[in-house]
Amino acid sequence: MTIVQFLILGAALFSIGVYGLLTRRNLVLVLLSVELMLAAVNLNMVAFESLLATTQALGQVFTVFIITIAAAEVGIGLAIVILIFRNRRSANADDMTLMRW
Amino acid sequence: MVASSLLLAADAHFGTEGGFFHDTAGVMIALPFVAFLAILAFGKRLPNQGGEIAVGALAINCIWAVAMFVQNMVSPVVTEYVFEIGRIGSGLSFELGWVIDGLAVMMYLLVNVVGVLVFTYAMGYMHGDRRVPWFFAAFSLFAGAMLVLVSAPNLIQLILGWEGVGVASYFLIGFYWEDLANVKAGNKAFMVNKLADVGLLLGAAILGVVMGTFSFSELEHLAAEGSAALGGVAVTAGLLLFFGAMGKSAQFPLHIWLPDAMAGPTPVSALMHAATMVTGGIYLMARTFPLFEHLATDARVVMVTIGTITLFAIGLLALVADDIKKVLAYSTVSQLGYMMTAVAAGGYTAGVFHLFTHAFFKALLFLGAGSVIHAVHSNNMSDMGGLKEHMPTTYRTFVIGSLALAGIFPLAGFWSKDEILATLGHEGWTAVMWIAIGGAFITAFYMARCIALTFHGTYKGHGHPHESPSIMTGPLVALAVPSVLFGLLNIPGVSIPGIGSFTEWLAVRGVPMGDHHAESIDFFLAGVGLAAGVLGLLFGWLLYGKDKETQQARDSFEIPLLYPLFRRKYFLDDLADGITHATMGPVARFVNWTHTYIIDGIVNAVGGLMVLLGRFVYNGLDQRGVDGIVNGLSAITDGAGGVVRKWQTGRVQQYAAAFVGGAIVLAAVFMFVI
Repeated sequence: MTIVQFLILGAALFSIGVYGLLTRRNLVLVLLSVELMLAAVNLNMVAFESLLATTQALGQVFTVFIITIAAAEVGIGLAIVILIFRNRRSANADDMTLMRW
Repeated sequence: MVASSLLLAADAHFGTEGGFFHDTAGVMIALPFVAFLAILAFGKRLPNQGGEIAVGALAINCIWAVAMFVQNMVSPVVTEYVFEIGRIGSGLSFELGWVIDGLAVMMYLLVNVVGVLVFTYAMGYMHGDRRVPWFFAAFSLFAGAMLVLVSAPNLIQLILGWEGVGVASYFLIGFYWEDLANVKAGNKAFMVNKLADVGLLLGAAILGVVMGTFSFSELEHLAAEGSAALGGVAVTAGLLLFFGAMGKSAQFPLHIWLPDAMAGPTPVSALMHAATMVTGGIYLMARTFPLFEHLATDARVVMVTIGTITLFAIGLLALVADDIKKVLAYSTVSQLGYMMTAVAAGGYTAGVFHLFTHAFFKALLFLGAGSVIHAVHSNNMSDMGGLKEHMPTTYRTFVIGSLALAGIFPLAGFWSKDEILATLGHEGWTAVMWIAIGGAFITAFYMARCIALTFHGTYKGHGHPHESPSIMTGPLVALAVPSVLFGLLNIPGVSIPGIGSFTEWLAVRGVPMGDHHAESIDFFLAGVGLAAGVLGLLFGWLLYGKDKETQQARDSFEIPLLYPLFRRKYFLDDLADGITHATMGPVARFVNWTHTYIIDGIVNAVGGLMVLLGRFVYNGLDQRGVDGIVNGLSAITDGAGGVVRKWQTGRVQQYAAAFVGGAIVLAAVFMFVI
């Protein structure tokens, strides 16, 4: 297996994530898309680590950090979504235009 | 130092050089100025409105004055205390200080003793008047400036005091400034004096520049040694100094300010005519006497001529005056003429002795006149008459003063006038001596008229006259004593054991004064002088003594031609006005024309230009330029904000799209450009 296959998979996952981020209107799905992009980045990290095999295993370490932070981020994100839903009876991103001029 | 062996006997009591009072005489000079400031600061809050401060200061001064005078009698000292204030280059120095010698000490006594009596009187006279604190402040300033003048060791300090006296007299003559005539009188006095001051300044400048010193002691030593350099300028400088003295001491024709100066309160007239102000010019002549004695002998003819005209011609004016103060004023001018003639003719002692005695009885007469004016509320003798019964003390003292002034034996005026006549005769001025005897006749004549019209006959005024309070009659009595007795201080040939005579006291100078002292009384001359006085009194009494229906009727003895001439004061005032108008009129008109057309034109043109410039700056630069820039900037900002703010939609996914787009662009740049 070459690195290229992993990178193609990572790129595909990232693209799907970006697409979902820009097109989905449901905030839960938007968050899901962000997770997808993070997963694509993690895949690239691990793939490059196994190729380069650094002594400190930096790829893996960063991956673990990213997963940890992503978990926290999703926790906060979902909490915000739930609060917005409770207040406005909607989780539609297009309705959330409060922070404009 | 000049001291007779007789005088040195009493040295043990007083010491020889500069005792305590001499060392601290500066305090005496400064005290009236302290009083001036103190009265201005809190005179208003005191029960007597500051009068007590003025009297107190001069009363303390009297201690110094009397102590130094007594010391001068028994153990004379000639010294000066000089402090250098500044220096021009290496030569001329500016010094202040005080002189101790016979002449200065005599003046200290005169200013302070007469001053304290007049001040005391003024507390009664000015009671309840307007601006009393200011009156006493200016009065103190007047006395202080006179002390600066007479204590001057050099011409510069003399000029300082001289001008100070001038300013203070200006304040006091125009004291009742609500009346325009009084303001004009003050202005007239000030301006005539200023005209004369030009002479004094030029004379001082010539002496200072040519001789390199302003110091009197150095100048008199140079004069006594007959310095050739001083001799070259002596006549010019002497005449210029004399011109200055003519103004201050009211010599013809610069006397015109003095009768008008009666506009001030009567105590001012009393002090001005007795001890301060008018004695300044005589004092200057006495102080610079060696200059005239040794070098400027040619100038003395002019001085004697002026003095003689003054003593005779101005005395005549007193015959027709209705205002009691004007009678006394013309009398003062006439007596100043005597003094000036005497000093100029070489009678240093005679002139100064007359100054000394005259100060007492003229102060007495003025205060008496003030007492009368205070009682009848009018200056005019046509409103008086018959005051003898109502005001006995004033009457008696006034008569004593008049007799002293008329030169009746044995009062003070007799001795001093006799000394002047003796000096004139001895120095060879026989014609002048006879004119002076004629002047004595006139003096007695107008004083008899004055007494007759004021105190005898029936009362012609309104209201009920009453004797003045004791604070006013007290000084009258106090001044009557020296008016009677002080002539005895200088009986020719008599030296009082232990203290000497006035002649000896006055001779205590840095250089000997070469004037003539009669060794014994010239009975013929004394008799003629006395006869002139007695005849004058007699004629005056015969003409004016009879009571008539109205005062005008009593005073209707009119000689054709002469009467209008005297009433118009020889047309001198008109002449002075005419000269002023003729010379200053065109100048004033020219100045007015240039002012109206040239200076105003320039000012208006500049003003117009400034208006145009202002309009341009406002409309062109400010309104369009600066405001345009500011408004333009804000308009651009506003427009840009209107466009840009639309991009902030609040839609998270649009931001994300822009972010992704940006990331793609950056990635493309990294991949393909860099």
